[in-house]
Amino acid sequence: MAHHAPDCRVHGRPSLAPAQGLYDPRREHDACGVGFVANIRGEKSHEVVTKGIQVLINLEHRGACGCDPETGDGAGLLVQIPDAFLRRECTELGIELPEPGRYAVGMVFLAQDAAAAASQSEALEQLIAAEGQRVLGWRDVPHDPGAIGWLAREGMPCVRQVFVAAEGAEARDADGFERKLYVIRRLAEKRLGEDEEHFFYIPSFSARTLVYTGMLISRQIRGFFPDVRDPEFESALCLVHSRYSTNTMGAWDLAHPFRYLAHNGEINTIQGNQNWMRAREGTLASETFGTDLPKLYPVMRDGASDSARFDNALEFLVLTGRELPEAVLMMIPEAWENRDDMDPDLRAYYEYHSLMLEPWDGPASLAFTDGRIIGAVLDRNGLRPSRYVVTKDGFVVMASEVGVAEIAPENVLVKERLHPGKIFCVDLEQGRIIEDEEIKRGYVARKPYRRWVEDNRLILSDLPAAEVPVDKAPPEQRFHLQQAFGYTNEDLKVLLAPMAVHAKWPIGSMGEDAALACLSDRPQMLYRYFKQLFAQVSNPAMDSINERPVMALYSPLGTEGNLLEETAEHARMIRVEHPLITDEELEKLRRIEAPGFESRTLSCLFKVADGGDGLRAALTHLCAEAERAVSEGASILILSDRGVAPDLAPIPMLLATGAVHHHLIRKTLRTRCGIVCETGEAREVAQMALLIGYGAGAINPYLAFATLEELVEDGSYTPEELDVEAAKKNFIKANDKGLLKTFAKMGISTLQSYRGAQIFEAIGLDRDLVAECFTGTASRVSGVGYDVLAREAAMRHARAFPGDEFQYPELDPGGLYQWRARGERHSFNPDTVSKLQIALRNGSYEDYKEFSRLTDGDAETACTLRGLFTFQEGLRPPVPIEEVEPAAEIVKRFCTGAMSYGSISLEAHQTLAVAMNRLGGKSNTGEGGEDPDRFVRDPNGDLRRSAIKQVASGRFGVTSWYLVNSDEMQIKIAQGAKPGEGGELPGHKVSETIAKVRHSTPGVGLISPPPHHDIYSIEDLAQLIYDLKNANRHARVSVKLVSVTGVGTIAAGVAKGKADGVLISGMDGGTGASPQASIKYAGMPWEIGLAETQQTLVLNDLRGRIRVQTDGGLKTGRDVAIAALLGADEFGFSTAPLVAMGCILMRVCHLNTCPVGVATQDPVLRERFAGTPDSVVQYMLWVAEEVREIMATLGFRRVDEMIGHSESLDMATAVGHWKQKGLDFSDVFARPDVPHAIYNCESQTLVHELEQVLDQKLLRMAAPALRDGEPVEIEVPICNTDRTVGTILGSEVSRKYGQEGLADDTITMRFRGSAGQSLGAFCTRGLTFEIEGDTNDYCGKGLCGARIVVKVPPGSTFDPSENIITGNVVLYGATSGEAFFQGVAGERFAVRNSGADAVVEGVGDHGCEYMTGGNVIVLGKAGRNFAAGMSGGIAYVLDEDGGFPSRVNHETVDLDPMQPEDFDFVQRLVRKHFLYTRSEKADDVLRKWDAMAPKFVKVFPKDYKRALEERVEAESGNG
Amino acid sequence: MADARGFLKYGRESTYYRPVEQRLEDWKHVQGDFPQEKTQEQAARCMDCGIPFCNNGCPLGNIIPDFNDLVHRDKWEDALWRLHSTNNFPEFTGMVCPAPCEQACVLGINQGPVTIKQIEWEIVRRGWDEGWIKPVLPERRSGRSVAVVGSGPAGLSAAQQLSRAGHTVTLFERSDRIGGLLRYGIPDFKLEKWTIDRRLDQMREEGVAFQTGVHVGVELSPGELRKSFDAVVLCTGAEAPRDLAVPGRTLAGVHFAMDFLTQQNHRNAGDSEDPSEALLATDKHVVVLGGGDTGSDCIGTSHRQGARSVTSLELLPQPPEGRHTSEPWPLPKKYYFNVSSSHAEGGERRYALLTKGFEGDEEGRVRVLRGVKVEFDRDRLDRPLPPTLREIPGSEFELRADLVLLAMGFLHPVHEGLVEGLKVSLDPRGNVQADTRGFATNEPGVFAAGDCRRGQSLVVWAQWEGREAARAVDAYLRGGSRLQSRNAFV
Repeated sequence: MAHHAPDCRVHGRPSLAPAQGLYDPRREHDACGVGFVANIRGEKSHEVVTKGIQVLINLEHRGACGCDPETGDGAGLLVQIPDAFLRRECTELGIELPEPGRYAVGMVFLAQDAAAAASQSEALEQLIAAEGQRVLGWRDVPHDPGAIGWLAREGMPCVRQVFVAAEGAEARDADGFERKLYVIRRLAEKRLGEDEEHFFYIPSFSARTLVYTGMLISRQIRGFFPDVRDPEFESALCLVHSRYSTNTMGAWDLAHPFRYLAHNGEINTIQGNQNWMRAREGTLASETFGTDLPKLYPVMRDGASDSARFDNALEFLVLTGRELPEAVLMMIPEAWENRDDMDPDLRAYYEYHSLMLEPWDGPASLAFTDGRIIGAVLDRNGLRPSRYVVTKDGFVVMASEVGVAEIAPENVLVKERLHPGKIFCVDLEQGRIIEDEEIKRGYVARKPYRRWVEDNRLILSDLPAAEVPVDKAPPEQRFHLQQAFGYTNEDLKVLLAPMAVHAKWPIGSMGEDAALACLSDRPQMLYRYFKQLFAQVSNPAMDSINERPVMALYSPLGTEGNLLEETAEHARMIRVEHPLITDEELEKLRRIEAPGFESRTLSCLFKVADGGDGLRAALTHLCAEAERAVSEGASILILSDRGVAPDLAPIPMLLATGAVHHHLIRKTLRTRCGIVCETGEAREVAQMALLIGYGAGAINPYLAFATLEELVEDGSYTPEELDVEAAKKNFIKANDKGLLKTFAKMGISTLQSYRGAQIFEAIGLDRDLVAECFTGTASRVSGVGYDVLAREAAMRHARAFPGDEFQYPELDPGGLYQWRARGERHSFNPDTVSKLQIALRNGSYEDYKEFSRLTDGDAETACTLRGLFTFQEGLRPPVPIEEVEPAAEIVKRFCTGAMSYGSISLEAHQTLAVAMNRLGGKSNTGEGGEDPDRFVRDPNGDLRRSAIKQVASGRFGVTSWYLVNSDEMQIKIAQGAKPGEGGELPGHKVSETIAKVRHSTPGVGLISPPPHHDIYSIEDLAQLIYDLKNANRHARVSVKLVSVTGVGTIAAGVAKGKADGVLISGMDGGTGASPQASIKYAGMPWEIGLAETQQTLVLNDLRGRIRVQTDGGLKTGRDVAIAALLGADEFGFSTAPLVAMGCILMRVCHLNTCPVGVATQDPVLRERFAGTPDSVVQYMLWVAEEVREIMATLGFRRVDEMIGHSESLDMATAVGHWKQKGLDFSDVFARPDVPHAIYNCESQTLVHELEQVLDQKLLRMAAPALRDGEPVEIEVPICNTDRTVGTILGSEVSRKYGQEGLADDTITMRFRGSAGQSLGAFCTRGLTFEIEGDTNDYCGKGLCGARIVVKVPPGSTFDPSENIITGNVVLYGATSGEAFFQGVAGERFAVRNSGADAVVEGVGDHGCEYMTGGNVIVLGKAGRNFAAGMSGGIAYVLDEDGGFPSRVNHETVDLDPMQPEDFDFVQRLVRKHFLYTRSEKADDVLRKWDAMAPKFVKVFPKDYKRALEERVEAESGNG
Repeated sequence: MADARGFLKYGRESTYYRPVEQRLEDWKHVQGDFPQEKTQEQAARCMDCGIPFCNNGCPLGNIIPDFNDLVHRDKWEDALWRLHSTNNFPEFTGMVCPAPCEQACVLGINQGPVTIKQIEWEIVRRGWDEGWIKPVLPERRSGRSVAVVGSGPAGLSAAQQLSRAGHTVTLFERSDRIGGLLRYGIPDFKLEKWTIDRRLDQMREEGVAFQTGVHVGVELSPGELRKSFDAVVLCTGAEAPRDLAVPGRTLAGVHFAMDFLTQQNHRNAGDSEDPSEALLATDKHVVVLGGGDTGSDCIGTSHRQGARSVTSLELLPQPPEGRHTSEPWPLPKKYYFNVSSSHAEGGERRYALLTKGFEGDEEGRVRVLRGVKVEFDRDRLDRPLPPTLREIPGSEFELRADLVLLAMGFLHPVHEGLVEGLKVSLDPRGNVQADTRGFATNEPGVFAAGDCRRGQSLVVWAQWEGREAARAVDAYLRGGSRLQSRNAFV
């Protein structure tokens, strides 16, 4: 039945480009807008579809398009089978459809090539027939290629529908038919979908639902698919999705909705989830599927997006017998672990299911449907926005934003939002909304889960102690073991001691400049070859301290039951509360005798004399033993490296764990056992995280414990009062905290999800070794294999067992954290630092050249990957150096890094700024704001302001005036020294002046949260870019990322978000304080990230749009030249200019004791600052001079010419080093081979669409105010696509009237409707916004003086105080101004507010988080985790039911009684609220003031209170 | 680090010197006792730098921040271990080292550096007092034998390291006592000799055989030496002194400084001497030519012997006080006005003077030194350029001189005898040719370390040479070595 599809084209690709160079399509991300419309009663209509499409179109700004403005990333809709419409169409085609429900429609994307499409159709027909179903016929789906962009058209598949009739016993009922269809589709996907050459994809194949989707922009769907316009095309539900992906390559198969869901967010743990699912396949059995089950394997389509794989798993769970909402709850359970207030039955229900399935973790707003039920759920953190409206006439409209469908105010029944962890369901068959509680109650009651758990689940701490004494290493042996496991003095002093004493993980400063493990001469622990991945942009990092309530460290150990059944035996697991277990606890596990449990200890040692072969053989043996043990019924495998002896060295525990884990996955045995590591190796957080990340369920670091005993006995680094038990407890606690923080870096909440999730990449590990032991981990520079690992083990082992030879009885000094003569190499070392300073002091270029010679090093001394690079001369004729552009031009491409005034002294900060301004380069404020006094030029012509104004998560001092005074605004997503984390300025560094600049209280420590609260995904970033563009139209916006696997795709997303620049920061370098584990174990060298970015941008044809900058330990002209060749337009320096100003890398920035006055706020030490702008200027010019010399030899006249010419780089050929010789950089040097490739940003310019926005109108209407300060009143309608309204107007006010702005209410704007995101962002004094309707997320972001009033529209009948009126993250980073909301706000209200006053009638979770100033009055219910991290300002919450205190995070705040002045203040502000909004609630409160006033709870930050008291004391003392 | 702000609390307080009038009466150490609590307080000034430039400034790579911290925490024995891990003889360096570590100390950028040398000395003093310093014996002997020739600081370090590595070591010394320059070059007031003797006791117990009074190359032929030992380490020093070829050089009373100093050391040791050979400054006008450490030792010794006057002459102009721009932190200071303890005891220092000759009395004894003032061109950094030396016409002068001591440095090792006999190659400066990785000469199994290899230098460099050479020899003998190195992972 071959039909010709006329528009199928032969060239182009419908799916992503294959992996090449450093580009890997698996790293692609997406995010988006999601929504649905449903008729609650299940009444089908075309209106539902029309409304759905309207929603989709109004979400268009959340999607994106790439280099072709008419090609979208994908948009689509899912509807119920439109029977009437299809019946009509089929009749015309001569196909006779059976009754509804007895036939299915397959929406099929076939190859462009007609012949191929024909054979695919035929093959599908055969499969359908083979499964006993009957093909009724095919329909070519009409589509208009003219309606979409050229890029989409190039990859456009042939779109057809196949009609299938249910046949046979198995398909007798509707569910059976769906299962059959599922089997057919999986078989087809496996048979046809993996063909590289011919595209094949089935968007949907069901008797219930049908998906229309494609590489479209939202508004194109109507034009492209005429079907959806047909009045007979009817459905009771319409689920829509608008996609924003990080690539621009055609990807027809990545557009949502999928068969069961549309997802906005990211599944961070996808790699682990997939591994576990695959491992489980061995234990699955299904009555309903019977022998069909293996046909479904693998359950998940490899290489598909995270959302698609989620859909795969969800579908599997549903079709194997679980209800759709139940399956969703299993995969995304709400946070139950720390919820004492939760119903015990419900908790048991969650715990029971956690024993069979790990949570799929990551930010998610998920809308799901099977055609009968439609619903939505948020992840446990509620990080994605979802608002819904229920109308009186029986519709539900849910979407990422409010205002996407027109609904008359009087028709609104409820305006709500999804709550974290709560499920929202509409049952179209029952015709009603089913509340979260009812759904859960139903599931909980179905089986005796609580009894099952209580009767069967064991808790480790409850198990009886083993009778056998614990095998303790005697002190003399302890020392040998420490040697064999590579302990250094630093491990004791820098790592263990702080953990044992303070129960915190150790802090360091000034980043990483030590040699990479794969370059070092010293034996490295295998851990050091790995780097943690972290969240940036496409998903948010979390805040492990303030969001502790949703995080969990517990993990179950034992044999998982069949996922497709539920029995009491499924609960037979051991609950381990902390991953670190003591020696005693390990013995309990080893000797466990409970039924259903059996432990087996496997030795992880190898004959050291046998080298790499011996190591490999030992691993093979270990895996075989593990397999045998599990086959024989062992449920706990203890991998043990005890027993180190003169001939036996330990197998690196990470290697052993990874090897066993993956071996068992491959044998589908993995879920039948838990893995416990009994190891002398692990002693710090990052190592624990690695073991867990590669499968360990618990770790007994016996030697770390023994060493703690030694530390305490010896007392060198610990106080006398510390006893051994306390030290161990603290150590465990420190690791717990550190692990949570490590999980949080990736946005993962639970250990169970993190386990096996492999959130790491390797540098310089051999690819085959990685494939065997760390399957699926990226290792983009191949190299070190078993031989080297064995040799490293032998080197350590020889220290422990020197034989007859003399070994000085002392641990190695280490030198990883502080330079040591015998220790690890560092690129900043005594020689390089002093040489640079001497060169500058003597003004000697010769001395500088000596510095650069020492710094660049050679293969012998290299600390960095680029140390092994060489230049390929001779590709172009050299040019005379006089023809090379002058140094004065080159330095304009130089920037200094983001170092805040706060982390470094004012003197240092200004010196850098003056120097860079003199050069025409750029300095960077860092995230601490900047004193407006610096915006004015000095008499001598110097300018002390930083050209780059950073906007980081803390938003300190980010005002309109600050932004207007910038040439570039940089959004800091991550920083090299601690990607995925926030920052902390300790209280002792917050001086009077710093507090002023940061709008905070002197002496009170300041925290920058890990995530930007307004960036939880890529479309949020685009929104912030848009906000900043509005805030200063004349400056560039750049985004700072950190090098990591996949940074290229993020950069592509950034380019599509219309940033002007992207900065790829390396892990090396980095100033300021950071946890040691982050300095050492997170982020990648910039060489890799930059190369990946360049390759990805070029492949996506985005490179010309965006300037690429790189930084991270750049020091010399050679570094700059390499960066340019790898693709950088601009170059950032941080540590080197600090050194030029006198920094000597004390690495005590966090202690405020910098002896040279650079990184301190201590006035005595600041006086010692001896740096000058001249020295920085000189240094930069020398670097540029050196660049010129290299350019001349390579034959480039201008830097622009050399950007991206990676063919001019080569690997040093003479590498004979024992470790380095295997390193392979070919992927780093790869140059994408695409026609008309653009390699730098000279040629394309980026167009921002600010010409058409509402603000242009506002500007015209407010002209009198702008011109003369004359008051104006403006009235205009508004809708959700009007984003960032008022910000351009505000920026013009700032430009004209400076920091002060205009008089209050000079410009009054009245809007009616639903305002889009970021209403009034960064708006200054003199602007007043009045909205009748509602507002979306980020309303009043960065408010700095304006007033915002949001009130319900006339005609509404709902109770405002029960309904949501504004979105999430309102007033984020506000510094002054006022806001009044007549209704409830979403999550994170007034987060990081530092000066605005606000009244609101209720808030979601995390209200007033991190607030440092201002006042917030809540006249209603406040959600959980209120005031987390709040350190300033005051919140007053009307607590009518007395439940508020239990929802407060008490860590930093007190709940105090109201004082008389508080009453006055609150009353005054509430009165204002009433005046502006006519709020009934306010009226009520004011009327019953005497009764209401006592119900206010004053939330008073402890630090703030202390600071206020101190000030009062000081003042009275002075008086 | 115990006290992050220690450097802001305490100022530098260094070595206490005994009063000049008191110390000139004896030959004992010029330093007085330093209170232990003070030492601990001073140790708290250490900032535990991210880059401890001191650690790099110390040729031995002493892990200074670590032992400072341990001292501050009253962990003296641990500090001793840490110190000994890089330095075989801290009591020597703690006394006589010019402490390049202190010059590299980060505190020195803008205040007084940590008193590292004082702390080092206190650690090792405490170690001896408490009896913590004991022989360190290898598990088993390797069966290999090594001859170390020369028992100065290089030879002693090499011998101790090699013996600890299990080899059977014989240390040959031409003189009557072990110690080389430490014993006979350095005056007692800078290094009392019992400090050497107790260390030798330790080495003897560790199994090192001492052969004194054996002039290897003369009494023991090179061939025999090679035959009797599996390896030979030359640590013979750079003993050939720089001479002054001017009229009157051969007059009685014009002597090499080392002859003068050696005699006094013998005298202090109670050795008998031939009075006719005695070189004494007593009641004489002494002129010391050369302003280095040896010259300063001559000054101190002359004063103690009761010289009538002591004048030292320097060819170059007086260097500036403090740090000169040509030697910024953290470089070791060479070009600066150094006031040693001996300078503080008296005498006159004169600069930019060239000695043209000596005149003697009828008995052939020197009476007058004739000289002339000189001047030099200066470089960009205002340092004199030696090749531009010009005599200033009309500036000739005479100086009363009964005893002239030539302390103008050393050229290279003595070539006659052993060096020639072993046929080892020499470098262009006349030192034994060997690099600092292998310390091997061109003759297999023959190694060189210390001043005979690098030319005249500091005790601390000699000790480093000895240690690193020992590691090289150990590796030569058994294919690998577990002796520590300043620069490598072991």
